Amino acid sequence: MGVRMLEFESPVYELEGRIEKLKRGGCSESSSEVARLEERLQDLERRIYRDLSPWDRVLLARHPQRPTTRDYISMICDDFLELHGDRCFGDDTAIIGGIARIEEKRLMVVGHEKGRNTKEKIRRNFGMARPEGFRKTLRLMRMAEKYSLPIVSFIDTPGAYPGVGAEERGQSRAIAENLKEIFDIATPVVVVIIGEGGSGGALALAVGDRVLMLENAVYSVISPEGCAAILWKSKERAPDAAASLRLTARDCLECGVVDTVIEELHGASHRDPEGNAAVVKRELLAFIKELEDLPADVLLGARREKYFSIGYFEGKGI
Amino acid sequence: MNWLKRAKQGIKTWRKRDIPDGLWEKCPSCGEILYRKELIKLLSVCPKCRYHFRIDAFTYIGILTDRNSFTEMDAGLVSGDPLGFRDSRKYRDRVKDARRKTGMNSAIATGTARLDGRKVVLAVMNFGFMGGSMGSVVGEKITRAARRAVQERIPLIIVSSSGGARMQESILSLMQMAKTSAAIALVSNNAIPYISIITNPTTGGVAASFAFQGDVIIAEPKALIGFAGPRVIRETVGEELPEGFQRSEFLLEHGMIDMIRSRQELKGVLGFVLDSLMRGAATRVKEEHREHDRTTISLIR
Ligand SMILES: [Zn+2]
Repeated sequence: MGVRMLEFESPVYELEGRIEKLKRGGCSESSSEVARLEERLQDLERRIYRDLSPWDRVLLARHPQRPTTRDYISMICDDFLELHGDRCFGDDTAIIGGIARIEEKRLMVVGHEKGRNTKEKIRRNFGMARPEGFRKTLRLMRMAEKYSLPIVSFIDTPGAYPGVGAEERGQSRAIAENLKEIFDIATPVVVVIIGEGGSGGALALAVGDRVLMLENAVYSVISPEGCAAILWKSKERAPDAAASLRLTARDCLECGVVDTVIEELHGASHRDPEGNAAVVKRELLAFIKELEDLPADVLLGARREKYFSIGYFEGKGI
Repeated sequence: MNWLKRAKQGIKTWRKRDIPDGLWEKCPSCGEILYRKELIKLLSVCPKCRYHFRIDAFTYIGILTDRNSFTEMDAGLVSGDPLGFRDSRKYRDRVKDARRKTGMNSAIATGTARLDGRKVVLAVMNFGFMGGSMGSVVGEKITRAARRAVQERIPLIIVSSSGGARMQESILSLMQMAKTSAAIALVSNNAIPYISIITNPTTGGVAASFAFQGDVIIAEPKALIGFAGPRVIRETVGEELPEGFQRSEFLLEHGMIDMIRSRQELKGVLGFVLDSLMRGAATRVKEEHREHDRTTISLIR
């Protein structure tokens, strides 16, 4: 499979190609040249991936090679047993959930799955969940509470699926129910926004005690395209909308919506999936450790207060 | 043929300018031409087809509550522009216009009131204020209203009408779905009845949060209710949507709401539900949540 890249990434890949070629050549005087170029590569990565526009971040968050929930599960967990179905209607393949083991720790893991190749993407409905997906998630979260398993939730979706069947089967209610019930699930919940955090379909899995966000992930109330269509009557203005929506990880950190931004190694997680997964693993285990001994009332009280405090308004208080 | 006669014959070819301003109103559903004063007496419900005209928050409050019993809370809260939202018009100007147009400071009015003598906390959204969109102010007011209901141990009623989360506050608006849900969870855990009344239209972030979290959910007839808007769904599935799709009647048929009631019937139904549920609520607070909610319990005292 060839490397798929975004336009602004091409200098990085060009330089990488040159280094590869030199390495393959293997002559002695080229090794100092390789070292020099590798240094330049690091510098280039820093420059290219650090100063991206919000729209570039959107493109990276949707990058065809960006690790998905399944990749993180396989890179982070020593064991994973997927559990299926909402026990009502069906199994929504846009959301994965199951019991996981990381070293000696047992967890419940849930997350949106977009899929990698075309066939898989279609099977996963591009990570756009229907009510069954949200109900499956809630079922697993309740089970996690019952057996004191911490919950890890990976967020990566364009949004909840806007379809006729989804509406018939209560898309609003399914999301609303998750949002309400999560405030009663007395076990630590750590959320990692790994790619796209698209509106209510993302939020339904993204309420937790700690919310982590990868540097190039995005999180917003509406897609830049949707926003542009409403404000400027043109989807072409999506890059402007991306800037207006303040959807980057830094912005979300500033707003108090996420607790930590995880820097992506080599500029973007698709450039070093294993390395990035190791960082994510370390961070989320640390957060679980911090939370797991809290008494239920303290945990749930703090979770509620965390969300009560989000918002900005002016004018007279009480 | 004069226009009144044509209307009586049910000819549905009226354009807006055919109708004298202010005196008459045309029913958008059945085309009936209605005398405005008469329509107001009927709580803005078409006598022919039961279409519910959109009314503002305070008119709704007047319908549901005893005369002069509504005491507004948090009326002074107004939107800021936390993200410096860049748009063809400034967010602050949009808010200013909406305030001038509606005479309200935000898209929702909250307060305490009496409903045939029963004390309640009531929140009513105003679609006329930026499409009833939910930003930080709506989220905060709902949250405070819910906490007030818990403190005073009186029921909560929310009348929704909203296009969803407010784009101009982006992620903060999205978070109001979680915030209001936390507040409703608190209400629920304290066995305080919460009745959700859904009016036309209620979609997006409001539908996917507090509007669908009521113990009892009541919709007005023919209201548009759903998560995704019909236009988005049509674009996604690439075909025309079935007749009556996402209307109250459709939701009732699919088990998503408890009942459909017209404005005239609401007060009576609410009274019966509240009387029935408050009996138990007076004595019962879930033991497990007494533990969780120590801080709240102390507020109750
Ligand atoms: Zn009518």
